Amino acid sequence: MNDQRPLFGNIVLYAAAVLLVVVSVYPFLYTIATSFKTGNALFSTSLFPTEPTWRNYIQLFEGRQPFGRHLLNSIMVATVTVALAMLMAITASYALGRINFKGKSALLLAILAVSMFPQVAVLSGMFELMQALGLYNRAIGLVVPYTIFTLPFTVWILTTFMRGLPKELEEAAIMDGCGPLRIIFQVFMPLLAPALVSTGLLAFIGAWNEFLFALTFVSEDSERTVPVSISLITGATAYEVPWGSIMAASVIVTVPLVVLVLVFQQKIVSGLTAGAVKG
Amino acid sequence: MNNRTRIAWTFLVPMIVLMAFVAGWPLARSIWFSLTETNINDISASSFVGLANYYGEFGLFGNANYTEGFWHSDWGVSILNTFKFSIVSVLLETLAGLGVAMLLNQDFKGRAIVRTAVLVPWAIPTVVSAKMWGWMLHDQFGLINQLLVDWGLIAQKIAFTADPAYALWTVVAVDVWKTTPFMALLILAGLQTLPKDCYEAARVDGVHPLRVFWKITLPLVKYPLLVAVVFRLLDALRIFDLIFILTSNSSSTISMSGFVRREMVDNGNLGFGSAASTSLTLIIFLTAVVFMRAARVRLSEEAS
Repeated sequence: MNDQRPLFGNIVLYAAAVLLVVVSVYPFLYTIATSFKTGNALFSTSLFPTEPTWRNYIQLFEGRQPFGRHLLNSIMVATVTVALAMLMAITASYALGRINFKGKSALLLAILAVSMFPQVAVLSGMFELMQALGLYNRAIGLVVPYTIFTLPFTVWILTTFMRGLPKELEEAAIMDGCGPLRIIFQVFMPLLAPALVSTGLLAFIGAWNEFLFALTFVSEDSERTVPVSISLITGATAYEVPWGSIMAASVIVTVPLVVLVLVFQQKIVSGLTAGAVKG
Repeated sequence: MNNRTRIAWTFLVPMIVLMAFVAGWPLARSIWFSLTETNINDISASSFVGLANYYGEFGLFGNANYTEGFWHSDWGVSILNTFKFSIVSVLLETLAGLGVAMLLNQDFKGRAIVRTAVLVPWAIPTVVSAKMWGWMLHDQFGLINQLLVDWGLIAQKIAFTADPAYALWTVVAVDVWKTTPFMALLILAGLQTLPKDCYEAARVDGVHPLRVFWKITLPLVKYPLLVAVVFRLLDALRIFDLIFILTSNSSSTISMSGFVRREMVDNGNLGFGSAASTSLTLIIFLTAVVFMRAARVRLSEEAS
């Protein structure tokens, strides 16, 4: 098709493509640049720091806020949340994707409704529940509210993938006398692995980025997760916002995500579209 | 088959029980709290007040203390802000997403790179994009203000995130930047399932590309597009973090979720805050139903 496009069309196309790349990528590159600037250099708008320094990064781990601890908290909460959701979602999605039973579409609709729920709707009830369970003010406690959005999401997407698996495979397995658990974990698993990776990754990102619950249910400084940590970085005085440190923290939190998303982009895109378009 | 049904329920029970515990129960309690006067510091000492949190002298609606009228009260403003934000941002994201998807659907050198680059804003956590744009839009040292002054587009630097005239639209702009990739990818997936022969035929007949877009592309992607819009709209209506961080949760840009949190946590009125959160849920639910009716989107069709 390339050669059939008029020259003018080609120019517009490439100009649009370049603009799109710049708008998408430049802000984050500028953030990285800022994270290597200190003092007056911060106020220069150039993309290349004249005297790049690691000071912002070092300060982050030596500063008033235990940023390293916050990172560990986030990793732990997101991992446990995803593991718990996956454990339940694999079998549940097999039931929803491969077995016909009464009430299935109502259940699927309920799952969709829960995943679209505004988080504040459960805020006060969750506050009470967290206190009753003794999980208030503890990072690991965040797994409880995070399950509200992670579990329906993983079940929904995995159900779509389960539905797409070949029928013959399952029938042959049943003929051979395989029980449902063996079908899931031995017959389907190799085929499902890519879907599990993309679903797990999306769920991980969701838990990693969550802000409202983390802000509300944890006020103890050492138990915070990184999004809240970044939002609360302050300078020595109220008038001095340490933009360099904030940008350094932002880079640390974002780079792993960007790398993961770019490495797994095909799988993630298929996970996203499976969840929303085809249903 | 009976056996299969039993297996299905055995597999589903753990999930259903867990969801009832972490979502159903807190939701029911939140609705109960909305009928009480409860302070966050002592939840056990709550007194039943009926619908007083919703209506009347101390309520969300019909409150006589709103001397300047409902739409000037903080709650009214938060409703307006949320809807202004949601409608404008979803509209812009849909248009921009459609444009980006059309671009990525073309054959050109370096398409893979563009496609990868587009994913970057989506991969950045909301908190980070809020801080990042907060810095670039800084009223004194920000990159954007500097560029606009250098290019002679503005004479005075603008306080994008603090000036009430700009703040909400700044939030919209940042959200459009962050979420357009998501829309674009969903639309692109729809575009790529379209039959190639339609386009071949149109090209052979020499149909103008714009006409091809209106008559072939748009009708064919309409359904996935509308589903994507419903998802985005529901997501936009519950916005909290972007506004909270970018504009420091000032009362001129506060969203409904922000209002709920402020009343509940900062002011400690768990009951009143719960009434606001329950109202918010009903408002979102009604909006979704009205929108899906109007656009004839049926999610149950998907669920089947």
